[in-house]
Amino acid sequence: MTRVRIPPVLRTQAGGQKEVDASGATVGALLADLVARYPQMGEQLLTADGGLHRFVNVYLNGQDVRYLELLDTPIGEHDAVIILPAMAGGS
Amino acid sequence: MKASPVREVLPQEAQNLIDSGAALLDTREEHEWRAGHLAGATLLPPVEVMVRVEQVVPDKTRPVVIYCASGVRSLRAAVQLASLGYQNVVSVAGGIIRWKAEGRPWELPSNTPSVATNPRYARHLVMPEVGPEGQARLQQAKVLFIGAGGLGSPAQLYLAAAGVGTLGIVDFDVVDLSNLQRQVVHADNRVGMKKTESAAMTIRSLNPEVKVVQHDEMLTDDNVDRLIAGYDLVIDGTDTFETRYTLNDAAVRAAKPVVHASVFRFEGQLTVFVPFEGPCYRCLYPTPPPPELAPGCSVAGVLGVVPGVMGLLQATEAIKLILRLGDPLIGRLLIWDALDGSFSEVRLRRDPACPACGADAAEREAAASGATVTAAS
Repeated sequence: MTRVRIPPVLRTQAGGQKEVDASGATVGALLADLVARYPQMGEQLLTADGGLHRFVNVYLNGQDVRYLELLDTPIGEHDAVIILPAMAGGS
Repeated sequence: MKASPVREVLPQEAQNLIDSGAALLDTREEHEWRAGHLAGATLLPPVEVMVRVEQVVPDKTRPVVIYCASGVRSLRAAVQLASLGYQNVVSVAGGIIRWKAEGRPWELPSNTPSVATNPRYARHLVMPEVGPEGQARLQQAKVLFIGAGGLGSPAQLYLAAAGVGTLGIVDFDVVDLSNLQRQVVHADNRVGMKKTESAAMTIRSLNPEVKVVQHDEMLTDDNVDRLIAGYDLVIDGTDTFETRYTLNDAAVRAAKPVVHASVFRFEGQLTVFVPFEGPCYRCLYPTPPPPELAPGCSVAGVLGVVPGVMGLLQATEAIKLILRLGDPLIGRLLIWDALDGSFSEVRLRRDPACPACGADAAEREAAASGATVTAAS
């Protein structure tokens, strides 16, 4: 299991939790497992063909997975995953 | 015997040295300074030369141009500087009198005490990292705020207090009672007043030495280039994706740094976009999310102190850029979780395929080179 930090805009879909556990050997498998646990998150994270929405960034130990191996990036149990969609609020 | 590090030069050579980065000191009295001085000069009256010059010009290898009215006091001061170890000091022969007689440019100080001696900035002036030179840099800086809201309010107050010389504020809205839970630049008796006007009133009462420019309009693709043109950097306190992209694309075109923050409920994010040096907003998110994934604060709510903290972090980054201090948050996104009381950081990268700053950015970069953070240069 890997700890995944859920952004504030998606917490309702994760039962209000700030961090959840999900399993998977790669970022893609981890996100698939996350969506299986919290199905409402599905269309907000992933495109119809299973890709990562361009307005959502995923960071593995502080590095953007788009500059690693995207969904194929391998993940270990002690890695920290942060999901970060664009956030507009200013006032 | 070593050659003396002190020389007298004519105004033209002094100008050349100033243009190539020499420190410029004016060693006259305050009342003389008020009648006009050279642009970019720091006032250092004769009695203060020995005690304060090391704060003003910490680097003794940096060339120093010093002048007075006619060249007598400045030559004496130049010899004093040499005795302190300054390696390259020139005194302007004939002083500012000759300078003016040659028709060279000079300027009148604003109607305030010189920042170098202004007690308002005493806590800055004693710090070597700021000092009179940094304070003068703050005074010359022009910062544009997009929005006088939750983020803009605290940032405007502290940049005004810090003595940033010109604050521009873009906002088309009026003060609403529901703003006052966090927008501390406004006040209860100003509900219904234009936000730009309300913010300007507060800033003037806090620091009348700051020039406030009110841009009472909505930021759009049509006016953004004009609005940001006169400023050194922009503080983004908008709350819609549309304006964030409008600002980003214009800031990249003009190579202006943007200090970016956003807030949501108990969390805030902060980064500094310096075009072509680090990523821009579109490198991060090339397209906006659908509205249901990104509700604004009016829908989702926000704890009032969260934009307060994030706005002050924006002000801090702006001061770092102006003073060229520390490590600005370029290519780093800081995430603050108020409930955890924790800060975390992720790494941001430039996207070579970025529609704003990637691909054909090279020529724009060349055209704009040297145009970033030019607050005091």
